[in-house]
Amino acid sequence: MDVLLQQLINGLILGSLYALVALGYTMVYGILELINFAHGEIVMVGAMVSVSVLVALTAAGVPVALALPLALAAAVVVCVVTGVLVERVAYRPLRNAPRLAPLITAIGVSIVLQNLAMIFWGRQYLSFPPVIEVQVYAVLGATVSNIQILILVVAALTMGGLLLLVNRTRLGRAMRATAQNREVAGLMGVDVNRVIAATFIVGSALAAVAGLLIASYYGIAHYNMGFILGLKAFSAAVLGGIGNIPGALLGGLLLGVIESLGAGYIGDLTGGFLGSHYQDIFAFLILILVLTFRPSGLLGERVADRA
Amino acid sequence: MTSKLLITLVLGAASWSMPAWLTAAETIEIGCVAPLTGPQAHLGKDIENGARLAVDTINASTPTIGGQPVQFVLLVEDDQADPKTATVVAQKLVDEGVKGVVGHLNSGASIPASRIYAENGVPQVSPASTAVAYTNQGFDTTYRLMANDSQQGKALGQYATRLGKRVAVVDDRTAYGQGLIDEVVKSVEASGGKVVGREYTTDKSTDFTAILTSLKAKRPDVVVFGGMDPQAAPMVRQMRTLGMKTPFMGGDGMQSAEFIKLAGPAAEGAVGSSPGLPLEQMPGGADFTKRFGERFGKVQIYAPFSHDAAVVLIQAMLRAGSAEPKQYLPELAKTQLDGVIGPIAFDAKGDLRDGPVTLYQVKSGQWQPVETIGGPAAK
Amino acid sequence: MIGLLPDRLYRDRRIAWAAFGVLAVLLIALPFLVEAGLGRTWVRILDFAMLYVMLALGLNIVVGFAGLLDLGYVAFYAVGAYFYAILASPQFGLHLPFWVLLPMGAGIACLFGVLLGAPTLRLRGDYLAIVTLGFGEIIRIFLNNLNAPVNVTNGPQGINMIDPVRLGGHALTRPIELFGVQISGPHAHYYLFLGLTLLVIFAAIRLQHSRIGRAWAAIREDEVAAEAMGIHTRNVKLLAFAMGATFGGLGGGLFAAFQGFVSPESFTLMESIMILCMVVLGGMGHIPGVILGAVLLTMLPEALRYVGPLQQELIGRVAVDPADLRMLLFGVALVLVMLFRPQGLWPSPVRARELHPDNPDQVRQEQESLYDAER
Repeated sequence: MDVLLQQLINGLILGSLYALVALGYTMVYGILELINFAHGEIVMVGAMVSVSVLVALTAAGVPVALALPLALAAAVVVCVVTGVLVERVAYRPLRNAPRLAPLITAIGVSIVLQNLAMIFWGRQYLSFPPVIEVQVYAVLGATVSNIQILILVVAALTMGGLLLLVNRTRLGRAMRATAQNREVAGLMGVDVNRVIAATFIVGSALAAVAGLLIASYYGIAHYNMGFILGLKAFSAAVLGGIGNIPGALLGGLLLGVIESLGAGYIGDLTGGFLGSHYQDIFAFLILILVLTFRPSGLLGERVADRA
Repeated sequence: MTSKLLITLVLGAASWSMPAWLTAAETIEIGCVAPLTGPQAHLGKDIENGARLAVDTINASTPTIGGQPVQFVLLVEDDQADPKTATVVAQKLVDEGVKGVVGHLNSGASIPASRIYAENGVPQVSPASTAVAYTNQGFDTTYRLMANDSQQGKALGQYATRLGKRVAVVDDRTAYGQGLIDEVVKSVEASGGKVVGREYTTDKSTDFTAILTSLKAKRPDVVVFGGMDPQAAPMVRQMRTLGMKTPFMGGDGMQSAEFIKLAGPAAEGAVGSSPGLPLEQMPGGADFTKRFGERFGKVQIYAPFSHDAAVVLIQAMLRAGSAEPKQYLPELAKTQLDGVIGPIAFDAKGDLRDGPVTLYQVKSGQWQPVETIGGPAAK
Repeated sequence: MIGLLPDRLYRDRRIAWAAFGVLAVLLIALPFLVEAGLGRTWVRILDFAMLYVMLALGLNIVVGFAGLLDLGYVAFYAVGAYFYAILASPQFGLHLPFWVLLPMGAGIACLFGVLLGAPTLRLRGDYLAIVTLGFGEIIRIFLNNLNAPVNVTNGPQGINMIDPVRLGGHALTRPIELFGVQISGPHAHYYLFLGLTLLVIFAAIRLQHSRIGRAWAAIREDEVAAEAMGIHTRNVKLLAFAMGATFGGLGGGLFAAFQGFVSPESFTLMESIMILCMVVLGGMGHIPGVILGAVLLTMLPEALRYVGPLQQELIGRVAVDPADLRMLLFGVALVLVMLFRPQGLWPSPVRARELHPDNPDQVRQEQESLYDAER
């Protein structure tokens, strides 16, 4: 029993991370109908910057209680600048071009960010300094660490904050209007360019938070950590219903749990025929099945013409 | 073209400054291939420098072949650790008429390149490739100086069963990780142990909690991982977070300073294997470190092996009295000499006979040699 | 072949034939010229260039002609390569002849194209792209793991010692004397690849100017309108997928026989993106452009070899490792081309006019029609 509980906990933690990243995809897609391929790379940039800053600060003797928020702030600033720059340079000029064009630039931007990071930080893995003492708690025969609890709390808070932003503020209303119909929103006095830029700012700031959490949880950061993470988070967003914010949370958590239970039990269930080497297939399989049979995802509305 | 031109220029410059009797010496070209750009550039350079030291030392002793004075020239190529590029540069070396090749580093490059060398009858001695398949192709031109993954897996398996009979294994589904773990499994079973669980991951994963949880339920005495340090480090951290106190072992992919840096305190007690003897325990180690240090600085890993690879090739030519591969290939197979890395002899496939494998353990944040398995000392 | 020449020449038959003759002689002499000038290594690079021309032309059918973004194209390449590798190597001790396996491999790849296409082609644009990407990864994961319980693909170790191409009992990897001329392995492969490349070019040209080709163009420009015009869009799109996959499978079989070794590492997403880069850079939908793109990008890594020494000379040290530049340049090229020259380096005259019209009215009209197509 404790194995099942442990696998569920593993899945929820992994899923919270997916959900945090999936939010960025879902927000941009909701408004621009663009798969922002580069979002995974923004998360990577967030992780790399926060680790570098943290290493530099702790080496200079700055106390952890100060170094950690400073590292996060630096990551947020760099991610936001990168995200807005990407939108301005690579996506905005193509807003009215055929849909393939921004998708191809998105892939291009993703490769560019990855390789710039490689040239800047080198190919070796960055190590997250041991500033947070890992505490492990036993819960009903399973274990949970303090960092894992932190991840759950941050994911929940972010989600709540984002929902408030979208549903209760002027900016949120402008975002929803732009998502429904860009031209009409423009006619109603919404500055569409600013709303889109704001979306990228919020998404990139979330990416910075996710980057820091991921780096602290796994202890490492690397220039190519973003791509696969991005793909899986995108699958999570699709599963929950792309464009739908609670959907990203649901999709992320579900994907995390499916991956954990899948990797944990597939060997026993198939009598050893399939094993944990197929762990990465679940995300892609979900992606294909959902897009083929229910493109609106679990929580999305029917968007027939988008499908 | 450019490289040819460059060689002519270099040779021209060299002959101008050399004594008159040397200019008459016939030059024999030996290829040296390794990744000289990209993430493994420092290791490739290590290979180049080791071979260069050997060639220069031998040249200084005014060698003769069949009574004729000869000088050896190293033609260096970059395979970028890429299988496709490896075949391109292999073709290039063959076209330039090299008489032997020291290289490549990665098994993935050595294997496709070995086919081109074999078709053109050019002997190849790899200082670093460890995949079993490399010497398993039935080519008579293919040799290596490093214990292969089978020898390493065997040593790991033997050591693991001494820690406990219930062994769990994880591999990263790369040619290296899967090949190594297959050998570990065989060795564990041969040593009376039992493989209680086999799980898989990838060389890009960072989350291993799911597979570790299912391994934990199988109560292993030791976990052996086939893969590289960026996966090994988070894996051992996650084991500790999950409350697994099981000893953690792995091959040369994780026996690195990087592993200790990335894993932090969780690295303590981990065991990693590496083919060959530790540099300071090699018979020619101290002298080599000194000579190499004077010219190139610190030895990374492979310099002693590439040095000996060049020596093995040249010695075979000298013994045969010919630099023609057809003439000296039989001599190469019969090699019996004491190299920097220890006694060198090949088996029928071209593998190093009794290749030693050394096990290291992390003690107070440092890899310390604990034991050498196999090798001539075992006899 | 003639389709490659500019329209002007095409009209005058005599000039066309003369140009054709010069081109033919040039293509036949090319490996010898290249070998004399740059060394035999470059003949091997030329072989790879041909291989990529075939792959890029295959992807061009899907992306350029029909306007469907396929990010998992390498899966078909992998299927072709593994099909040949499994049936002509010691893996199962089977050594079926190359000339039987090559078309069969292309056929199997075609079947995979249909299998993937049938359920997913009703998805549009970006969703299709991401689904094909997932499909490509799934194929790679299976190739990497199908060594147990039954060893089909030999897993991560890959399949080695694959039979070379045989022509009348002669293995193409071995050098041969013909009419007193020494023909080496790379030379022989050049002629084989050249022949097949010409065949692929011919097929691509014929397809483009056929009824189906026009249907593809119609779907690319406006799917709804195309359907209204009575085009059975699903079948026609499926055909594009199947044709593209066939060329990919063909390239895969050749790769396996030429290289003698296949492993899952050769079939990563980056390979798909590189082929896409060739198509986009050269000029989507324009056959000569795509050929140019494939040749340029195959040569790029070779050209980058000189970047290291160049930096050494200019600034005294190697600041950026040339190997690190390759992918960066691909990424930059993708972005810049889409932003400033979406028609590619060598665009088709028609598309260039569409994308860079001189008349402002036309610009507006064009934009509106493209915009409508997206709704």
